Amino acid sequence: MHWPIDLIVLTFVIFCAIAAISVKDLLGTAILFGAYSFMMCLLWAVMGAVDVAFTEASVGAGVSTVFFVAAVFSTSRRTKD
Amino acid sequence: MKLLGFIIVCLTGTLLLYGTGEFPDWGDPNSPASIHLSNYYIEKAVEQTQVPNLVTAVLADYRGFDTMFETAVIFCAGLACFLLLRDFREKKERFYRHVPTGVILHVKSGKKVLKTGKEFEHMDKDWVPSDLIIKTVCRILIPFIQIYAMYVVAHGDFSPGGGFQGGVIFGSSLILLAISYDLKTLLKRVKEKVLGIYAALGVLIYVGIAAICMPMGGNFLDYAALAPLVWDPHHVRALGMLGVEIGVGIAVTAVMAIIYINIVSEGRHDEGL
Repeated sequence: MHWPIDLIVLTFVIFCAIAAISVKDLLGTAILFGAYSFMMCLLWAVMGAVDVAFTEASVGAGVSTVFFVAAVFSTSRRTKD
Repeated sequence: MKLLGFIIVCLTGTLLLYGTGEFPDWGDPNSPASIHLSNYYIEKAVEQTQVPNLVTAVLADYRGFDTMFETAVIFCAGLACFLLLRDFREKKERFYRHVPTGVILHVKSGKKVLKTGKEFEHMDKDWVPSDLIIKTVCRILIPFIQIYAMYVVAHGDFSPGGGFQGGVIFGSSLILLAISYDLKTLLKRVKEKVLGIYAALGVLIYVGIAAICMPMGGNFLDYAALAPLVWDPHHVRALGMLGVEIGVGIAVTAVMAIIYINIVSEGRHDEGL
């Protein structure tokens, strides 16, 4: 049986995206963005765009998560709205 | 106001979804991009550039101009981060820790500077006791991450990867050092001035390789003109691409470190994560 892996991953992408904008904790948002990027990376890999997947994994899931955490570190952790 | 925003978001989303409906199917051989361009690259790229990874061939050779300005954009991002956040004012208050006893000194006068070394060490306001396990694991990991980053840059012609990815991985190894020890340890090893120079140097390597082609009798970014300079004229385009990828890698590494240091210490370059 052929697993529709891209559909499963796409569902996770949408879940992560919605969760990232609705969570009040900014640190949690940063981590959810990292998860979102990693799922996108899997999607690129499934579609055969390995170079893009590599960039997404290193830039999106790696460094930008660290930048977000660094930015949260110098502001308050909970969002006001 | 919130309702208005919600309606606008919904409208834009619907329009975007409506627009994507017109896209050609994924992997459709009759889509405009697959009819002219892809065929040309797939048939000619290996023969013209001797680079098996078509993505690298397209990015660094056929569309070299595009990648050159992307590197310049990365450099500008680092520059903007530096100009916006960097704060050169000396901090007035300092905290020191007497290492043998663990007593913490709070020095309020800006002029009194204790010499740090075996007896006293600098302390941040969010200082936590250093964790031996984290430090040791990171110390062992960092050299391997850096070697992998160099492999990604050097092997970009043959496998996925290239200057951007390798540079980001190398930059994150520097960030890992700052996280596992502290920011001062990183700044002691990599000076701010060195980072700035490397960021500019990376762009200069790219533009330099592109510009050297002109006095050699070719066009800007036409690596084939460099054939008399290299030891292997048959692979001159692959070597030219390797050169520009190294430039991109250096610039991206330095810019990642600059952005991280400036964000995490709010431009003070003294304490942070």
